[in-house]
Amino acid sequence: MAVISSETIPVTSEPDIVFVRRRVRETAAQIGLSLVDQTKVVTAASELARNTLIYGGGGAMQLESLNGPRLGVRLTFSDNGPGIPDIQLALRDGFTTGSGLGLGLGGTKRLVNEFAIESKVGQGTKIIITRWK
Amino acid sequence: MEKIPILRMGDFLLVTIQVDMHDRLAMALQDDLTQKISETSARGVLIDISSLEIVDSFIGRMLGNIAAMSRVLDAQTVVVGMRPAVAITLVELGMSLPGVRTALNVDAGMELLRESLNGHEGIRHGSNF
Ligand SMILES: Nc1ncnc2c1ncn2[C@@H]1O[C@H](COP(=O)(O)OP(=O)(O)OP(=O)(O)O)[C@@H](O)[C@H]1O
Ligand SMILES: [Mg+2]
Repeated sequence: MAVISSETIPVTSEPDIVFVRRRVRETAAQIGLSLVDQTKVVTAASELARNTLIYGGGGAMQLESLNGPRLGVRLTFSDNGPGIPDIQLALRDGFTTGSGLGLGLGGTKRLVNEFAIESKVGQGTKIIITRWK
Repeated sequence: MEKIPILRMGDFLLVTIQVDMHDRLAMALQDDLTQKISETSARGVLIDISSLEIVDSFIGRMLGNIAAMSRVLDAQTVVVGMRPAVAITLVELGMSLPGVRTALNVDAGMELLRESLNGHEGIRHGSNF
C-alpha cells in the first residue's frame, strides 16, 4: 500500500474543525469517492475533530490518501489529553461525559470501513479511520 | 461575529443556512431564532439546509433544540432541503432527528406549516425520519 499524499492539520479551535471538513472533502473527492461516501467520511471527520478539541484538549489530524490495491482516505486524529478509560463504554451509542448525544464515536465507526482506537489514561488518544473507494 | 440571517415572511421565519457553520455560529443561530420567535410571535420556522454538505451530531442536536424551543414558544419548525447523501449519513450516524419535521423543499415546508396552523388533522408526517 502506498501513501499518495499526506498532510497534518491542527485541531485546536472551532474554525479548525471547519477546515478539517473542507480538506477531507477535497481529498475524498480527489480520489473519486462517491458523494455518499464523501459525506460519510467528512461527517466522521467532523465528529472526531470535535472530540479531539473538546475532550482531548486539542490535537491534530493527519490526512492521507492511499493507493494499493484500492484508493482510500485515512485520517489519524491524535491528542495528548486525558485519554479514554473505557473504550467499549465510550463507543456505546448514548454514552457521553459531556453534553453531547454520545453518538460521535459509535456513529463514526459505522460510517467508515476501518476504525482503530489507542488510548492511554493520562497520555492521550489516537483514532485512525479509513474509507476505501 | 458573522451571523446567519433570519428573514421574516408574514407569520413565518425563514433561515437559509449557506455556510459551513462552526459550532459557535450554530449556537448563536439557536439563540437568535428563539429571540426572534418571541419578538415577532412567529407561528412557524423554516430552516433551509439545502446548502449543507453534512449534518453531524452537533448540527443535528441544534436542529432538535430549535424544534423543541419553538414548540415551547407555540411555533412549529420544519427543516427543509436535506440532501439525500446527508440523510443517508445521518441515519447511519444514529441520528433520526426525533421531534424534527422535515420537508423536501421550502414550498413543501411552507405548505406543511400552513396546513398545521389551519388546524388540519392528519398532518403529513411522511417525510419525517
Ligand atoms: N479524544 C478524546 N479524549 C478523551 N475522551 C474522549 C475523546 N473522544 C471521546 N472521548 C470520550 O468518549 C465519550 C463519547 O464520545 P462521543 O463522540 O461518542 O460522544 P460525545 O462527544 O459525548 O457526544 P456527541 O459526539 O454525540 O456530540 C465522550 O463523552 C468522552 O468522554
Ligand atoms: Mg463526540
